[in-house]
Amino acid sequence: MTTATTGTRTTTKGFTGTSHTRVEGRDKVTGAARYAGEIPFAGLAHGWLVLSTVARGRIRSIDTAPALARPGVLAVLHHQNAPRVETDYVGMLGVPDPTCAVFQHDRVPHLGWPVALVVAETSEQAREAAETLVVHYEQEPHDIDFSGARPDAHPVDGYMPAVVEKGDLDAELAASRTVVDEEYTTPEEHHAMMEPHAATARWDGGRLELVDSNQGTTWVVGELAKMFSLDPASVRVRSEHVGGGFGSKGVRAHQVAAVMAATVLQRPVRVVMTRRQMFSLTGYRSPTAQRVRLGADADGRLRALEHRSVNLTSTVHEFVESAAGPARVMYDADAHHTANRVVRLNVPTPTFMRAPGEAPGSFALESALDELAEKCGLDPIELRLRNEPERGPVSGLPFSGRNLPDCFREGARRFGWADRDPRPGVRREGRWLLGTGTAAASFHAGAGPSTAVATAEPDGTFTVRIAAADIGTGARTALTLIAADALEVSPDRIEVRIGDSDFGPAMIAGGSMGTRSWGWAVMTAATELRERLALGADVPPEGITVRSDTTAALGALAQKERHSFGAQFAEVAVDVTTGEVRVRRMLGIFAAGRIVNPLTARSQLVGGMTWGISMALHEEAVRDRATGGLYGADLAGYHVATHADVPFVEADWVDDPDPDDPVGIKGIGEIGVVGAAAAIANAVWHATGVRHRNLPIRPDRVLQSLPGEPHA
Amino acid sequence: MREFGYQRAHDVAGAVALLGADPEARFLGGGTNLVDLMKTGVERPARLVDVRELPLDGIEVTEDGGLRIGATVTNSDLAAHPEVRRRYPVLTQAVLAGASGQLRNMATVGGNLLQRTRCGYFTDVTQPCNKRTPGSGCPAIEGEHHNHAILGASAHCVAVHPSDMGVALTALDAVVTYETADGPGELPLDDFYLPVGDTPHRETALPPGALITGVTLPPAPVAAHSRYRKVRERASYAFAIGSVAAALDVQDGAVRDVRLAFGAVASRPWRARAAEQVLTGAPADAETFAAAADAELAAADPLPHNAYKVTLIRNLVVAVLTELTEEAAR
Repeated sequence: MTTATTGTRTTTKGFTGTSHTRVEGRDKVTGAARYAGEIPFAGLAHGWLVLSTVARGRIRSIDTAPALARPGVLAVLHHQNAPRVETDYVGMLGVPDPTCAVFQHDRVPHLGWPVALVVAETSEQAREAAETLVVHYEQEPHDIDFSGARPDAHPVDGYMPAVVEKGDLDAELAASRTVVDEEYTTPEEHHAMMEPHAATARWDGGRLELVDSNQGTTWVVGELAKMFSLDPASVRVRSEHVGGGFGSKGVRAHQVAAVMAATVLQRPVRVVMTRRQMFSLTGYRSPTAQRVRLGADADGRLRALEHRSVNLTSTVHEFVESAAGPARVMYDADAHHTANRVVRLNVPTPTFMRAPGEAPGSFALESALDELAEKCGLDPIELRLRNEPERGPVSGLPFSGRNLPDCFREGARRFGWADRDPRPGVRREGRWLLGTGTAAASFHAGAGPSTAVATAEPDGTFTVRIAAADIGTGARTALTLIAADALEVSPDRIEVRIGDSDFGPAMIAGGSMGTRSWGWAVMTAATELRERLALGADVPPEGITVRSDTTAALGALAQKERHSFGAQFAEVAVDVTTGEVRVRRMLGIFAAGRIVNPLTARSQLVGGMTWGISMALHEEAVRDRATGGLYGADLAGYHVATHADVPFVEADWVDDPDPDDPVGIKGIGEIGVVGAAAAIANAVWHATGVRHRNLPIRPDRVLQSLPGEPHA
Repeated sequence: MREFGYQRAHDVAGAVALLGADPEARFLGGGTNLVDLMKTGVERPARLVDVRELPLDGIEVTEDGGLRIGATVTNSDLAAHPEVRRRYPVLTQAVLAGASGQLRNMATVGGNLLQRTRCGYFTDVTQPCNKRTPGSGCPAIEGEHHNHAILGASAHCVAVHPSDMGVALTALDAVVTYETADGPGELPLDDFYLPVGDTPHRETALPPGALITGVTLPPAPVAAHSRYRKVRERASYAFAIGSVAAALDVQDGAVRDVRLAFGAVASRPWRARAAEQVLTGAPADAETFAAAADAELAAADPLPHNAYKVTLIRNLVVAVLTELTEEAAR
């Protein structure tokens, strides 16, 4: 049967911008949605990763006999018998982190380094056998001692130049009426997504198939193809549902180990990580030590701005946490110096974690701005408005849009900022001292080349295929709404299929660029499909299919400073006798492009702000100096904010469509975190009169910051 | 994780017999701690004897006006019981300050008393720990001890007991009853936990193979006016970094009767008897409360990174006793 889809248009225009529940929501809440670690396979074997217990050294020997003798054990892979893989290549995000190229040599560069995979008929058998594996190490002294004063800190270009300097910093500081010169630190933080990393690999008719939980199927295909020297067309990666990623779900040891074992055993092999393994193997946000120097005229105008950040990385791969980056977008000064430096230590490689660079960088910069406002006797919002740049402070490029003042004005109005008494430490309610704080936020707005396929089915429905990843953001639903508007049909007639590399190359869910990149491709394909259907053709049994590729369109975009912006507000209560800090309410107003689905967008932004609460008050991974391993590496020891810590968080936005995007999107995945911790720290100062420059603001730090208390 | 056998007991004698003298067998209550420890390899029992179905899930008023609480009563049921709420509000508050609703629905009174420390060295089998592997050392003393003991610790172990419930029970002079193959026995909570000394792996005075059958609370009119305050590093679902259980009876501006115990300061819930001595008969004011706290904390021996706990406990004692005094005056 064929159905003409023309002439069926109803009042369907305008789904974009209207709240819509997740199209897969019912499947998720009923358990019908299957995640990577729970999809059944016939003949499945289970691999268990064995991690090093020393922080530096060499594997002298591995005694595999006791493990191999245990019931159900099929194989033990390690550096002496594992398939060789290629690591000398440049992938989508640069050279690979050799941590994922498991079992290639006997060196151990950090504690928790993968040294073996035990494969057995059941997960329990593999785990128990893994515990009997005896690995002998030749241990060497390790160095995990991170500080901002390390002389071996060296500049590293990440996705931006390491060092950018203009003007004479010393001269401008000397000429400044007011100077702030402070150091800020943020600790090691972990993604701590709910769903652990899990992958099943199998060979099927000469094709490698991987069922995984990741942030980009074609990205993972590209990496695996290069590592295993395969034609990318002979690798298929699927990742239908993802229980959180936050930057951590790219190519990791578990996928590579699973592919190796599936290759050796010629049967499907699944590798799932434990929470404790994830703390060593899936990346994290490096601690940072940051120094900010600001110099201002009497009216608050910045003459000097210096932001230097140091982070750590492993000895096998350089990752830079570009915390000095936000200053290059936010504020101009006659002398403007920013630098990101890196120290190599015997620790796992850090990686992208929600708002990499911006999250820790905005804590330091926006705290320093608050300190400057205090010293200048200016309202913190007024100080920022006086320092709004006309063009990119470093690039000199025009902004594609910069609605930060609108965010502050709307936020101030709704938060009740006008009534704020600027004096610190003067508001009390029972045992609580109260304070409010604010901070600015920005995050890069970009898009990556993507392809999409839109098909008009003969039954009058539509199928859209794109290798997008919905890591909990609601991307699948947003793309459905975008397709509905482009096709001018109701969303319930459209099925958007994602998470399959066979759908063609597409951007990853990362850099707040996913929905914009995919939306562009979906919009393009769906629009062209509607135009073809408008010609009145009947839909043949195989449907009518249109493909899009945004590569050329993205390449034609003019160079501009493209960012989302936001204003964060927080009210806190502090009990200085116990050190407890409670956030009472937060408000974030964002200029973040066109909002596709207000329901899930609000979730994204509130989720980001909740991360800010967590970063400000709770999150901190602690390394044991003696062993170089993490202390308390589980979700009982690593505290993320609970519901009780998140009383009332409100996010909203001002009208801010991107003029160069066909849908008007900028991206909202990360900006909610940015500035949130600074707003809370600034509020803690306003409540108590004490500045907290080291995160998290723990009870003991609050207690010990009071005059006359012992300092530990 | 080691394969284990599982048996379910239906009566107390049967449970004790099933466990026998097997050092590799464990009683399973709610499993909220034991099962976690089995997953991480800290506990590797060969056999579990499930005691959840034993007829020990009752709470009853004793003849002398105290309370007898069965060992398999869940935390949730204990906290919600009207007699507990009326006579011993500090106990309800302490229980509700711990864990999460889901965990409290599973966790039992007996298991709560026997739960293990959350010291990160104890829970990581790749690390030395005298409590887990006697003689292997205590890395916390030189390493991470931000939330470790300030009272009653030794050079062999500085871990703290994690229980909130136990702090309230200690303040209330609870008595633990148990059953062995040789018959029943009982231990006041004061004698239940052993000093750390050089045997931190030996935590309680329970005879080998003993099954906790319940906890008895003596009558304590003072407890009707009582409170538990817990400070932790987030608002919920975290172990204490310091807590205080207090019951106070003030007559004519003076302390007539008082019970005071601290949590997260020692290897056991810490009964503050020195503080109680200072308080009894003294004026019920902030000065006395601070002096009482100081008297108890004079024995504190903090490590480089947990000295804040001395300040925290002192401030909590003053705050909680002041609140109780002010409420009584209303």
